[in-house]
Amino acid sequence: MASKNETKITAEPGKQELFIEREFEASRELVFRAFSEPEFLMQWMGPSDMDMKIDKLDNRSGGSYRFVHTLRNGAGEFGFNGAIHEVAAPERVIRTFEFEGLPERGHVSLEFLTLTELPGDRTRLSIQSIFKSVDDRDGLVQSGMEVGLNEGFKKLDDLLIKQF
Amino acid sequence: MRRDVFQAIADPTRRAILTLIALQAMTPNALAEHFDTSRQAVSKHIKILTECQLVSQEQQGREIYYHFNPQKMKEVADWLAPFQKMWEERFDRLDNILEKLKTQKDGK
Repeated sequence: MASKNETKITAEPGKQELFIEREFEASRELVFRAFSEPEFLMQWMGPSDMDMKIDKLDNRSGGSYRFVHTLRNGAGEFGFNGAIHEVAAPERVIRTFEFEGLPERGHVSLEFLTLTELPGDRTRLSIQSIFKSVDDRDGLVQSGMEVGLNEGFKKLDDLLIKQF
Repeated sequence: MRRDVFQAIADPTRRAILTLIALQAMTPNALAEHFDTSRQAVSKHIKILTECQLVSQEQQGREIYYHFNPQKMKEVADWLAPFQKMWEERFDRLDNILEKLKTQKDGK
């Protein structure tokens, strides 16, 4: 089922942050459950060509998590981990994120996940990620794990589609 | 100084210049008429865009025309596409899960 709800990704050039925004046809409580309960998280979070394993998920303020994505062809696995700063159900999660595939440790980003109630039993998800440096953000973008799309790019993209 | 496509399109004036010359190749004078800033300021933006290979210059008789290089711009679109696609796929799966959860809840 292709959704009519657009995924909006904003990553302005030269900045250390990126934003992901999406609306869902479900109550905030349900969206929060799908984000916090391992059973549901595993069904949607992993990239489509990878299997996802939850190594650890202590989903509370002061908790931590570790997820592992494994390529189906066995070519490799990628770990992610972080500390959970705050869980304020069902509206907010603040946590760190570190990709374990980098040659050195310490390239940690900070994520704010916010769920806003909308009329008609709908919910808006906003994710803001703040990186240690512009290079860290762009590096992750280039790895294909985290990429951004700026409003300005979008306009040019639309223009390109029309023109060429 | 970093000179790549992303730096080039970080500036709103440069994005406007690209939008204009993507529609039609333009002389420096014709381009400058669209902006309130000085001609020197526009020239500086053009210089950066040229260094990033987004704009090329062509001499036609006595006039110079600026051309847009769509191939270079495509690099940006291609670079961004995988991430957008990954999240769209994730969220589409999440939609399906939410539909199931809603049904379960109603069934109780």
